[in-house]
Amino acid sequence: MKDEGKKQIWKDYQKDIADDHYYYVRSCIRQSFFPASEEFFLRLLKDDLGKDVFDDPNHTTCTGIGYHSDIVSFETIMTVVARHFSMMKESGYKNIIISCVTSFGIYTEIIETWKHFPEVLAKTRENLFKATGREFDIPENMAHASDIIYKFKDEIAQKAKYRLVNPITGKPLNIVEHIGCHYSKMFPKYGVGGAEFPEVLAGMIDAWGGKVIDYPERRHCCGFGFRQYLVQANRGYSIANSKKKFDSMEPYKPDLILANCPGCTMFMDKWQYTISEMEGKTYGENQQGIPVLTYEELAGLVMGYNPWDLGLQYHQIQSEPLLHKLGIEFSIEDKYKTRDGRQMPIPECPANINY
Amino acid sequence: MSVFGFKINEARVIDYDKTDKRILNYLLENEPSFNLCIFCGSCTATCSAGNFTDFNIRKLKMFIRRGLVSEIATEAEKCMLCGKCFLVCPRGVNNRNIILKVRDALTKIENHEI
Repeated sequence: MKDEGKKQIWKDYQKDIADDHYYYVRSCIRQSFFPASEEFFLRLLKDDLGKDVFDDPNHTTCTGIGYHSDIVSFETIMTVVARHFSMMKESGYKNIIISCVTSFGIYTEIIETWKHFPEVLAKTRENLFKATGREFDIPENMAHASDIIYKFKDEIAQKAKYRLVNPITGKPLNIVEHIGCHYSKMFPKYGVGGAEFPEVLAGMIDAWGGKVIDYPERRHCCGFGFRQYLVQANRGYSIANSKKKFDSMEPYKPDLILANCPGCTMFMDKWQYTISEMEGKTYGENQQGIPVLTYEELAGLVMGYNPWDLGLQYHQIQSEPLLHKLGIEFSIEDKYKTRDGRQMPIPECPANINY
Repeated sequence: MSVFGFKINEARVIDYDKTDKRILNYLLENEPSFNLCIFCGSCTATCSAGNFTDFNIRKLKMFIRRGLVSEIATEAEKCMLCGKCFLVCPRGVNNRNIILKVRDALTKIENHEI
């Protein structure tokens, strides 16, 4: 096929991402487990890229966990999301950035529902007004936080202090990208590259000099799905999915897993520890595990931010081997110190992970 | 091992790159017509033993492809070697000899010869 034809087809897989003036909604899981990611995202947009972004303290959970557990009904979650939109309207913003892939899936599901069933939209307006006296507008532009990093990946590359290349060998790092199922598998047109060619993370890796690994189970679910892990006895199914992915990617010797979904990042990180305890099997070079990072953490690393300010020490799989591979300088003494220099407790080393 | 309250579920995926190919390879060498089978099931439909038991020669052939040695041993015992499966086979697969060769292969496995 001619290049022009390819470009024409690829256009259909793109989405519009707003350039500035964003209203930001946070993620329950991310602000608990990777708290520095969201902080760095806001700092990157405001200080490094000079964008206008509003992090509203009145914003609440989208109730996605309750919704996917059949505790919160669709009518309720629509009203909660409508409240977020009303706060966005009140603050004078029309572009929304969603930090969480679960929330992103819910917002897209709700907006699509309203588009096809105007009577449901009218009912939601009525419910919100009766409950809170608020009114709302549907956002003009909706992006996931990884879309925003994707949009500005070249600007980040220009400001980068490091590239995703091993300075000693000169070879690019092998990077596995894992995209949350709810990002584009449900409503492909809302994701960069759609469901067939999601390139939101691969685009970042390419722009920053890394090598994207294509492995058999690349698009397999990480196993997170709320229903799969809420009941303890069922978690074997959840971990089996992650294990399937790890087994599939292992022969390609990945240096890093990059994920855009809070649940995927958390589970692919923590299940490696669980597998090591249950089966004595530790993935990664020298039985050190494969670090799982968020896109903001990776952006922060290439831009030369202190890895401990990016919160890498809060991950289950520690990132020192990765930092050495990237040639990033860091102080091991500062790893568990607060900003004002106090020493935090140092976690115990897992038995089967070789830190 | 730590107690987590759950176990890692074993995947039920059949990975043909990792299956036990000892019986399959022995068959392909000694009864190459095995490769002609299109899994139409005519052999099973006409099977004398299958009329009275749960013996299923088509299933046996699938087990051979999947390298499930203990299941193969159980199934291969059930055949009464009447040979009707050979007569009806549209591809000329010598099913009767397949059973004999499978039994040979099982003996060889037991004796660590293959």
